[in-house]
Amino acid sequence: MSAYSGLSWSDLLFLLDGAGKTILLTALATLFGTVLGIALGWLRDSSRLVGWIVAPYVDVTRSVPLIIQFVLFNSFIAIAGYPLNPLWSGTIVLSSYMGVFTSEVVQAGLQAVRPELRRAGRSLGMGYWTEMRYVTAPLALRVVFPSWIGLVIGLTKDSALVGVIGYIELLRASQILINRTNEAILILLGAGLFYFIICYPISRYSQTLERKLKQ
Amino acid sequence: MFGYSFHWRTVWQEIPQLAEGAIVTLQIAVFSMLIGITLAVLLAVARRNEGSIASRLASVWIEVARNTPCLLQIYLAYFGLGALGINISSYAAVLGAIAFNNAGYLAEILRGGFNSISQTQYAAAHSLGMNSFRVYSYVVLPQVFRVTFRPIMNQSMWALLNTSLGMVIGLKELTGATQFAQSRSFRTFEFFLVAAAMYYVIAKIILGLAALVQWRFLKGGR
Repeated sequence: MSAYSGLSWSDLLFLLDGAGKTILLTALATLFGTVLGIALGWLRDSSRLVGWIVAPYVDVTRSVPLIIQFVLFNSFIAIAGYPLNPLWSGTIVLSSYMGVFTSEVVQAGLQAVRPELRRAGRSLGMGYWTEMRYVTAPLALRVVFPSWIGLVIGLTKDSALVGVIGYIELLRASQILINRTNEAILILLGAGLFYFIICYPISRYSQTLERKLKQ
Repeated sequence: MFGYSFHWRTVWQEIPQLAEGAIVTLQIAVFSMLIGITLAVLLAVARRNEGSIASRLASVWIEVARNTPCLLQIYLAYFGLGALGINISSYAAVLGAIAFNNAGYLAEILRGGFNSISQTQYAAAHSLGMNSFRVYSYVVLPQVFRVTFRPIMNQSMWALLNTSLGMVIGLKELTGATQFAQSRSFRTFEFFLVAAAMYYVIAKIILGLAALVQWRFLKGGR
């Protein structure tokens, strides 16, 4: 590696590109993870058998470091002969991770709706889906939404780990620049500020929301 | 399967290395929790004094710790301090950063615990002639820890999982040791599968101990 050099405009573009990739990855994983989580949470709530079948998957996802999940999935698909680009392997692992945590929140939300209300809805002649749509889901959403926002913030931060399988998101881009220039503090404070600006307002919003919903 | 032959013997030979890594992982998880809890008590107490400088500093610490990635915090401790001429080992950087991170989350957990204790208890303890330090250490904190035991144990799970980030700056904790051990044979999948199993077992042991503590000492607590 050549001698240290200062930061240049192209370096800033490199960081911005990384920031864009962080947002892209987070958005994709939020989308797929939430869909997976709602389906999984609903299945776990409505069928004991499903809950029992997916329990090991949930348990392992929660007890093994995410960084290892990335490496394991990446090497597994290479062995299986279907290597994917880092964006898609990152999205798949993060979505699965988000899905598991979302399903826990969704399940808790569904359980928070009193069974009497559900039965009352059904006895008014509503079908299963009508009752779900107009009674259970809106009530569950009040419990689920603040926690779900917390999960999205966590996901934004966790996307920083996809660097280990070669996806050059913001933090990986920062690390590459640190190795090349001598500006570790400036680069890291900049990257930190980016995450903070995204996460802090959302977390404040979720706190206010939670307080409002409790009243 | 898939025309790939799994080589478990290669992994078996490196088990001592992985075990050494697991010990580093456990050390960092435990120490970062102990330091984190100590700092979190100070942060949470400082925050109760709204408007003071200490309270504002505590808020900044808590918000930064909770709203930036833990890996970034590790980078700041390692590369950031390095750029300032303070070179610390990767062990110290990971321990320091995870303790910083833990303190932020634990302070929020403790805040909830403090709020659950009624003001009359403070007043009663003061009127018995206790100074603030004694009020906290004999009356308030024991109750706070009882109420917040579960979330604190939950945070210690996160501390355990976060130690795996040490790999990225070359620390040979369990993940880093695994990465190092597989780099000679490139049996990545086998090595990391074994590492995953080791994390799983460590996590279950910690949860088991927590359940034991709760059953033995905190019966009747929440």
